[in-house]
Amino acid sequence: MNTRALPLYVTIAIFLLAYVICWTQFPTMLSTRVIGNLLTDNAYLGIVAVGMTMVILSGGIDLSVGSVIAFSGVFIAVILRDTSLHPLAVFAMLLVLTTAFGASMGFLIDRLAMPAFIVTLAGMFLARGAAYMLSIDSVPISHPFFQSVQGAYWLMPGKGRLTLIGVLMVLTFIIGMIIAHKTRFGTSVYALGGGEATARLMGVRQGRTTVLVYAFSGLMAGLSGIVFTIYTGSGYSLATVGAELTAIAAVVIGGTLLTGGAGYMFGTFIGVLTMGLIQTYIVFDGSLSSWWTKIVIGVLLLAFILLQKGLLKLSQDRLAGGRG
Amino acid sequence: MLLSISSLTKVFPGTRALDDVHFDLQAGEVHALLGENGAGKSTLIKCLTGAYRRGGGRMVLNGTEIDPRSTVEAQDQGIGTVYQEVNLLPNLTVAQNLMFGREPRRFGLVNTRAMRAEARAMLNQYGLDLDVDRDLGSYPVAIQQIIAIARAVALSGKVLILDEPTASLDAAEVRMVFDVVRGLRDRGLGIVFVSHFLDQVFDLTDRVTVLRNGRKVVTEETRSLDRERLIGHMLGRELEAATNQTATDRGPRPPMLRFQGMSRRGAVEAFDMDVGQGEVVGLAGLLGSGRTETAELLFGVRTAQSGSASDQSGPLNLTAPRAAIAAGFGLAPEDRKTDGIVADLTIRENIILGLQARRGWARPIPRAEQNRLADDYIKRLDIRTTGREKRIGELSGGNQQKVVLARWLAMNPRFLILDEPTRGIDVGAHAEIVRLIQELTQQGMSLLVISSEIDELIAVSDRVIVLRDRRHVAELTGSQIAPENIVKAIAATGPKQEVA
Repeated sequence: MNTRALPLYVTIAIFLLAYVICWTQFPTMLSTRVIGNLLTDNAYLGIVAVGMTMVILSGGIDLSVGSVIAFSGVFIAVILRDTSLHPLAVFAMLLVLTTAFGASMGFLIDRLAMPAFIVTLAGMFLARGAAYMLSIDSVPISHPFFQSVQGAYWLMPGKGRLTLIGVLMVLTFIIGMIIAHKTRFGTSVYALGGGEATARLMGVRQGRTTVLVYAFSGLMAGLSGIVFTIYTGSGYSLATVGAELTAIAAVVIGGTLLTGGAGYMFGTFIGVLTMGLIQTYIVFDGSLSSWWTKIVIGVLLLAFILLQKGLLKLSQDRLAGGRG
Repeated sequence: MLLSISSLTKVFPGTRALDDVHFDLQAGEVHALLGENGAGKSTLIKCLTGAYRRGGGRMVLNGTEIDPRSTVEAQDQGIGTVYQEVNLLPNLTVAQNLMFGREPRRFGLVNTRAMRAEARAMLNQYGLDLDVDRDLGSYPVAIQQIIAIARAVALSGKVLILDEPTASLDAAEVRMVFDVVRGLRDRGLGIVFVSHFLDQVFDLTDRVTVLRNGRKVVTEETRSLDRERLIGHMLGRELEAATNQTATDRGPRPPMLRFQGMSRRGAVEAFDMDVGQGEVVGLAGLLGSGRTETAELLFGVRTAQSGSASDQSGPLNLTAPRAAIAAGFGLAPEDRKTDGIVADLTIRENIILGLQARRGWARPIPRAEQNRLADDYIKRLDIRTTGREKRIGELSGGNQQKVVLARWLAMNPRFLILDEPTRGIDVGAHAEIVRLIQELTQQGMSLLVISSEIDELIAVSDRVIVLRDRRHVAELTGSQIAPENIVKAIAATGPKQEVA
């Protein structure tokens, strides 16, 4: 078996196991309602995690996305309040803005050979500050378009609601999978994560790939911001603090190597669902306090980091063993 | 002539890495490029592959002059390279690695099935039948090396440069790779083979070119060469021009340090060594013979798996550099830039580094004392600088080496190991360092000197130990220390040993 795919299988197994445990305690958890809500409630997280997966696969990190989501919400709400533009036009403006923001961070990371951590940390403060500048208070959105989008869903058998934003997340993951696994750009991203010097020797255009990776992450953060705004019906500059770290956790729980070069988009999808599942369980239980979510996620993260370390050692030992 | 290089020159600040080098390569030949570290092999190859721009001279490939500015450009012009460390990505599949950058596409997306088929067809040419969907990293290094060759040939197709391709292969794997190389030669490729395994050079190559100190020494048919002549070329001593420069025999001296049965698997086989007070022991041998590994074992950089060390007062603990320093040892390493100096610190800071580390950071050396030490050594070792607060990275190689020496001398060790102390420094500084070594021994310090220059070893050593294939094979003292004896000991083919 390919050791690279092992974390993915482990992720899927853990998710299924967790679901079975939930189901034995609360049989109603295996219903289309819960599944529908799982998709809806985690839509913004899933979308931003698609971008984060790409960044982490390339060997980088993007700490700015949580702030960009908050900025997106405030941006949309303020412009809708102060102008008569159609929401779709505002969305388009926003996506151009966040994509350019991501691209310029990628440009700095590549050109100045700066650690992605620092550049995107600066981006995080910038985006959060820009959100504050637009409005300190929560700005409600009352545009009729929003109400119709919020109410858009397909009824699944069993009365589960498959919402528009839930579908959007699934579509984003599918597009992410195609980009990561089926394009030359995707292979370049894996190559960069596998080793920059070697990737350059093999002909990867490092600068272009880096800029595109962060631009993609910016685009996903903007899209996630739109979804989050639809989900909450308002824009608030203090929203989604720490969402970037939650997204990183989802990526790692999904089996992607934090140092880059190995992992699957689908794993991140399962990672997001696993984290959502823990939350759902706590809601169902009712007596557990919500910080249990964080504790379980912490334990899962630790377990995955240990698993990856162990796998790495295992494959190295096997190589060394094979040489006698 | 497939490739012809004439009057190639490349100058770096302080050194002439290549000086008027001529080299040519015919289609259908394997041409070995040999030389010790710093001889200019890798500079020549980097000029060929576009990693460096040449300073002067001409490179003509198939009748057209070339001047590649990047490895990709060199590849497009027909020159492919396979390095010692496999230059493919272990985290991608075999097919992705082979087809990277020219994946077959349909509707803008990679056509995985076609890619797989093409990759498999490529490997079949080399007699390999692999699961191309598996990660490259899950295959043995030899297979990875052949895959790297397959990719390089597919992309370039005229000249293949193999830069130490066998360094991490065992004997069976080497045969496998060589079969592939012979197949390519018979298909009409020109192959440049860089290796420090002489057996492999005699086994595989048609012609040999030897470089030394950035100059071409000789190009000859491999068939007409013998080991002794070849080693003589590489180490810079024609055997006829024998000695007039034997070390002064100061007679045997009581051992101060005694090493017994020290060994580490894959690094160096068990050896015994005694070092007397004020004695200089030289280590001779080719690159990869276990010289540096011996030094690392003695200094605890790598822990010995067997053996013991002792002095008059009892056993010594040499399990880590800290322990070795505590026992009064010092090591000026081979790679000054990465292991010796801290380029961004000043001369003063570099000199006091070791002393301060031994005192512990809680007790800083007073600034006045630091200044005194630095000035003292700048004067004693004649370090050419505008002042003690200059960044060491701005000094020339010879002066950097003197600062590294000063750091150890400040700690007053009783046993100092110098690994290639004169590599990459100019002739004047060279002589000064040799003189310094002699001075130190008169003060009673014992030294172990590693050098690939026979003249230098002869000039400084009381005793020369010769290494071959990671073993200590001979020990020469007094009048035995002569170039022809050293070369003979290196060249003698001992019991055949697997390259590991």
